[in-house]
Amino acid sequence: MIETRGLRKSFRSRAGRETKTVEAVRGVDLDVPAGEIFGFLGPNGAGKTTTLRMLATLIEPDGGEATIAGADLLKDPGGVRRRIGYVAQGGSTWDDSTGREELVLHARMYGIGKAEALRRAARALEAFQLTEFADRKCKTYSGGQRRRVEIALGIIHEPKIVFLDEPTTGLDPQSRAHMWDEIRRLRADGMTVFITTHYLDEADALCDRIAIMDHGEVVAEGTPTDLKREISGDVVQVGLDVTATGEAEKLFDGEEYVNRLEPLDEGGLRLFVDEGATAIPRILRRVDAAGLDLRSIELHRPSLDDVFLTKTGRSLRES
Amino acid sequence: MKLARDTWLIFQRQLHLLLRNPVWVFVGVFQPVMYLLLFAPLLKPALGAATQAEAYKIFVPGLLVLLAIFGGLFQGFGLIAELRAGVIERSRVTPVSRLALLLGRSLRDVVSLMAQAVIITLLALLFDLRVFIGDLLLAYLMLALIALMTSAVSYGVALKVKSENALAPLMNTVAQPVLLLSGILLPLAFAPGWLQGVARWNPFSWAVDGTRALFSGDIGDDRVWQGLAIITVLAAAGVYWAARQFARSVR
Ligand SMILES: Nc1ncnc2c1ncn2[C@@H]1O[C@H](COP(=O)(O)OP(=O)(O)O)[C@@H](O)[C@H]1O
Ligand SMILES: [Mg+2]
Repeated sequence: MIETRGLRKSFRSRAGRETKTVEAVRGVDLDVPAGEIFGFLGPNGAGKTTTLRMLATLIEPDGGEATIAGADLLKDPGGVRRRIGYVAQGGSTWDDSTGREELVLHARMYGIGKAEALRRAARALEAFQLTEFADRKCKTYSGGQRRRVEIALGIIHEPKIVFLDEPTTGLDPQSRAHMWDEIRRLRADGMTVFITTHYLDEADALCDRIAIMDHGEVVAEGTPTDLKREISGDVVQVGLDVTATGEAEKLFDGEEYVNRLEPLDEGGLRLFVDEGATAIPRILRRVDAAGLDLRSIELHRPSLDDVFLTKTGRSLRES
Repeated sequence: MKLARDTWLIFQRQLHLLLRNPVWVFVGVFQPVMYLLLFAPLLKPALGAATQAEAYKIFVPGLLVLLAIFGGLFQGFGLIAELRAGVIERSRVTPVSRLALLLGRSLRDVVSLMAQAVIITLLALLFDLRVFIGDLLLAYLMLALIALMTSAVSYGVALKVKSENALAPLMNTVAQPVLLLSGILLPLAFAPGWLQGVARWNPFSWAVDGTRALFSGDIGDDRVWQGLAIITVLAAAGVYWAARQFARSVR
């Protein structure tokens, strides 16, 4: 449904006298199949929004190419615009307009006639449970209601693909769960949904496939399950006093059964091991012999954050 | 066809939002009326005009051009608010005509200026101003072109600078010399030679002269077609440039 090759974009920004070049996106190759929720996971500044804005024809790529629902991004931007919907990260509704007015206007900007636009607006308001507020000004909406209007705007022309840039950022947990349901409903209606997020749980629970992005590059791609499976073995989290963390790091660095380790901010270590069941007794013995004060020990399967850590050397939580 | 339809769509939306805000409607009417009632009475003695009607013939066209220039130049602020709200970006992902995004907005500005102009003209009629309807319509055309140009330029600059803090000083810096060097409030006939020489390079000075000639009933005066020609060319250039900004503006 979406195919990109070598998509690139850099920005020149001026800070005082100096001009700095930021390579926001450096060569992104993606293949997004139809009918899936595809997630772009990455920390702030990774280049997610820039990639989306290129795919939505809002900015021109410096290089590379893309085909979106059969339309060539560079040769036929008009064709791309008709086939896609795009919901920006920072909102897109006007304070003094009502939800219904916004929907009707937006439909009409796609060339839809007035009567049909009114019908579609009514249908969208119904589907997103907004009918009650439809004729109130947008500035009176809650964050979640407003975000729902914006998603409704993005799909009012029934596109094949909709891009949602951080659709749940800033929402309370309840609105967030509600939004996930809405997004799943779009997929059920046959749409391809391309979302960006910096929430690990969102990528894990909502997305059929994800691409992990960091510093303008895709560092991993696959289903969340596959990505996690790629990191073989288990993670043993050892809780220690913050002051003991450095010593423990030295202690476990040379152990042959520890594949990799990562210190924890709150004190302690994450140890990547082949098999937790056999590693735990050895870890306990080592901690005991060194006279360290053990606070907790947990065994779990690698998370998406572990995937991110393996691919980038950093934890997504920290960046 | 698509351009006309899209322009109408944007125009309707913008006018609707303007009328919804009664404060702006009130200010738009109130301000020029104040000029007419409180400033104009000083003019008869100041200009040495024989009658109040004579003074109005000079002052009213100047006031109208002033409103057209300023009404247009400060429209960019509204656009920056729209940029910030994401409304422009949302429009730009649709296939809507980029020229229509500009023209729909500028047309709203022209129409609201025309409403002001009609109110002022009617009031001035009460004060014995007399002008032929044909001349008046031509003068309105001049005003419409001025407003189209200044609002388009203001939108274009707004899309380039993207912040009120940059737009405000920029527009003030442009507006001030334009105002002082156009003979808008007082005719440049009173100015020393060097000042008149500088003013010849100000297109708005030509526009004011042309509009004054029309209000005096001199439709055949060269200054009429000259003023119209200059403003038409500038309006076309302004619209072309601003529409390009709508097509490629970032964020
Ligand atoms: N219009 C712009 N001008 C200059 N720099 C930009 C612009 N847009 C984005 N950037 C920079 O590009 C990088 C990627 O930003 P963005 O795509 O917004 O990341 P994300 O959406 O993943 O948080 C950042 O370093 C950001 O500062
Ligand atoms: Mg972003």
